[in-house]
This record gives sequence, structure tokens and C-alpha cells, in this order.
Amino acid sequence: MALLDIQNLVVEFQTASGPFRAVDGVSLHVNEREVLAIVGESGSGKSVSMLAVMGLLPWTAKVTADKMSFGGRDLLKLGPAERRKIVGKDMSMIFQEPMASLNPCFTVGFQIEEVLRFHMGMDKAQRRARAIELLKQVGIPEPAERLSSFPHQMSGGQCQRVMIAIAIACNPKLLIADEPTTALDVTIQKQILDLLVSLQAKYGMGLIMITHNMGVVAETADRVIVQYKGRKMEEADVLSLFESPKSNYTRALLAALPENAVGDRLPTVSDMLFEPAPSGASA
Amino acid sequence: MTIVVEGKDIKRDYHVGGGLFRGARTVHAVKGVSFSVEKGKTLAIVGESGCGKSTLARIITLIDPATSGELFIDGNKVDIARDGLSKEMRRKVQIVFQNPYGSLNPRQKIGDVLGEPLLINTDKSAAERRDLAMKMLKKVGLGPEHYNRYPHMFSGGQRQRIAIARALMLNPSLLVLDEPVSALDLSVQAQVLNLLADLQDEFQLTYVFISHDLSVVRYIADDVMVMYFGEAVEYGSREEVFSDPKHSYTRTLFAATPRADVASIKARLAKKKAA
Repeated sequence: MALLDIQNLVVEFQTASGPFRAVDGVSLHVNEREVLAIVGESGSGKSVSMLAVMGLLPWTAKVTADKMSFGGRDLLKLGPAERRKIVGKDMSMIFQEPMASLNPCFTVGFQIEEVLRFHMGMDKAQRRARAIELLKQVGIPEPAERLSSFPHQMSGGQCQRVMIAIAIACNPKLLIADEPTTALDVTIQKQILDLLVSLQAKYGMGLIMITHNMGVVAETADRVIVQYKGRKMEEADVLSLFESPKSNYTRALLAALPENAVGDRLPTVSDMLFEPAPSGASA
Repeated sequence: MTIVVEGKDIKRDYHVGGGLFRGARTVHAVKGVSFSVEKGKTLAIVGESGCGKSTLARIITLIDPATSGELFIDGNKVDIARDGLSKEMRRKVQIVFQNPYGSLNPRQKIGDVLGEPLLINTDKSAAERRDLAMKMLKKVGLGPEHYNRYPHMFSGGQRQRIAIARALMLNPSLLVLDEPVSALDLSVQAQVLNLLADLQDEFQLTYVFISHDLSVVRYIADDVMVMYFGEAVEYGSREEVFSDPKHSYTRTLFAATPRADVASIKARLAKKKAA
């Protein structure tokens, strides 16, 4: 059974110039133990659709869907209090900017233990033991000492590891990683991707990887959804996507990779995109 | 071939002032780097954050003086710590920064952005400045209708075009590009890289291209320098560096770069199945 099942998700934002449709009828599902990658450029609605699942969108957003269920529960019918019990526990998210997503005023130990206190009801000693265990799992040296560090005392890669520790603290069923490595160096990116994939395999989580980097997709995903201007362009398993992309947009994206360059100029997406732009979306 | 920029054993130390509880110390950001770039060629500098590549870019752009070592631009020795910076030197080297959202003044119209280098460094009249700015807009793929717009009205790729246009206004011989496409989407990245290649052909520009993305470097560079902790651990032509990396850090870097080809996906999936 699908862990997360979304049918016909639409997200609209109220703007001064009328409603803006950021996500336009996207359907997707993630199974247990599966890595799904959502690819698209900025403005393709890939982050917004996942924020809608997490319930993290501002009040100006209007979310509608035919179906949005997680682990058999209907997310659309849940009230805010019930939703908060799921978000951060069974379903958690890692964001793009590790430095910006940790609170600079609190130690990393406090921020990890906060999740454990809220969701697991552990006492102080249990929380500390679990926080040390988590930091060890995400590969931070001297975890016990590091608990009292502040985010600014750590590097970007280490902050992202702390974010991952917070996200997996309650053994979630689904982990959503929103461009987890975009702000990091290639060598650190490799470490973080390896860590995410190994944790996913170890705990049998579903993992949704949001990215615009085709290399990251190729290295991690089982199945891929390509999004463009709020619409789903293509859905395929990773091998067939790279071997025989069906939509023109995917073909254009793959051709624009510098490593696939033929000749001394790169084909650009607009050269190859014959499909008319989806209605309701403006560049 | 004429050599446009040459550095000999360039070093740069930063003195970090001590506080109440800490003594002063010296950070060696660049530890003796030598390089030379011929006219119309591209040197790519690769390395992780903190390896000194941006410091080197600042030295080449004549923003920061080197602590020791010699820098030659168009064959003339330049020492801004001693002689200061002449208008002529300022014209010769220009830079394009990484973040096109931060490098344009939000209160300045695009026309003024492009006209300002001319206003400061030349005595051209307002009408001439306007003409040149219009021409440059066309060169970078924008139109005259963009002249009176503000930066917030442009997308990231368009802003990077404007930043490139501004750098080219003074007809420089050397352009330093500090991660010019890292903040851009893949499709827009391809357009900007094509634009850079077109401009290089048209004006015989010399590029120093700073990046951490090896696939972009492989596509655009003639020579590649890999920096690690302030030292150039690898320096050679693109073919040499990519086919036969000598230093262990370069090999680590290559191994860490994600591959998007079918063969490596197949290998990964097979490995996963076996596990």
C-alpha cells in the first residue's frame, strides 16, 4: 500500500493580481522503502506541493486535493492539533539551508531534544541518550560534547547532519528532503546523500528527494517525477527516465547537462520545448 | 599568444585581530599560487568553500592586494598596495559575482547600472552612455525595453545577464567569473554558459572561471586549477586534469561528483539489489 497518496493536488496563492496556481493537479504516491525524486526548476511547484503535505504553507495558500492520505489517514480532514502530532514524528522534512533552518539561539542538543520531548514524551536522561545516539548515527564526531554547540559553531555540512538527526529522531515513516545538498560542496554533498540513502535503507523509510540536480537524482532515486510550472511532466523509474525520456521537457533537461554537451554550445530548454506552456502559469 | 594575466607565487595572509581572550593570528588564505592565462582562453579554478579560490579572485580583480608575489596584467606588473589603482587598470579587469540577487542595486534602473562604469571611468556624454548601454543589452540577449526597469523585475538568469553586461561595459580584457551559474537552474545555466561562450568568441575575452561544479568546468575550461587549503594541488590543461588527476584531493572531488549517465545508474541499482 502506498505510504503517501496524493490525487489531483492544487495549491493556489492569493496575490494582488488574482489567484496564482503554483501546483496544478499533481498526483503522486510514495511506497514504503522507496526513494522518490521530484525534479524541476525553481517555480515548478516541487517544494510547494511537499509543504502542502506537511501543512507548512501560509494562510494565503489554498490547498485542494481529491485525496491526500498518509499511512491510511486522510490529511485533508485532520485539524491543526492532530496534524502536528504527525508532522515531525511520522513524517518529517529537511530543508535546503541548514544554517537558516536551525535556531541560532539554542544549542543543537536542545533542538534535537525538543522533538523527543514533544512527540515521544521521554524524560531528560532518555532524551540526552537518544540525542547522542542520533548524532552518532549521522556521523558527528564527539557527539556528547557537540550537544552543547550552537549552530554557528558548526560547518554547513554538520548543520545539515543535525537537521537530519532531528528529522529521523522519532523514526519517521516518511522523510522529505527539500534540496538537502544544494548549499553544500560536492564532497560534503556526497557524504550527505550517502547518509540519507543508508538511513533510508536501514529504517525502511519512504524518502522524497526534491532537487533540481539530475546527478543527485541519478545517484539516489528509485522513481522520478519531473515537474514543470506546477504540472507533472513525466513519471518513470530512474533508469527509463535517463534511458528513454518521454516528455520533451525531460529530454531538454538532460540535454542541458554540461556533461552531455555535444559541440561547443549547449541546447537550452526553450530550444527544445515544443509543448505549450500550461495555462494559469506565468513566468 | 599574448598572456593576459599571470601570477607568480601569489600569497595572501589575513591577520585576524585578537580579542580579550584570544591572541592575534594569521590565516594563510592563499599559499603561493602561480598561473598564467592566454588571450581568449578560460582558466577554471575549482575547490571547496574556504580553499582560497575567492581570495585569489579578489587579488586578480585588484580588489585586494597580495601579501607577496607578482601579478602581471597584459604584461604590466600591478601592485595595488604600493601604486594604487589607475582607471586604466580598473577598466581591464571586471568581475561577475555568484548571486545575481545581491550584486545589483535594487534602487537603480538597469540603464543606470550599465551606465555607471562609464560615468565613473570615462568622460562620455549621457547620450553616448545610453547608446552603449542599449547596444550591450542587445549583446547579452535583452532588449531596449529593459533599459528603464528595476532589478526586481527580472529573473535570476536575466539578472546574471545584466551583471555580465555591466562587467563588459568598459571593454575589459579579463573577466573574473565567481561561480556565475551556481545560483541558476539547469536550463538557465545552459543559456548563460552559451552567452559566455558567444561573448568570448566575439570579443576574444579571457576568463578566470571559479566554480565547484566539475561538469561545468569540464565544459567551459581550457585550463584547470584545483585548489585545496590555499594551495594549487593540480594545474594543467583540461584533458590532463580530467583524464589523469594526480593529487588525491582531485580524485576525491571526481569521485564525489554525481554521475547522471545510464551506466552508473545501472551499476547503482544492481548494487542496491545485491545488498
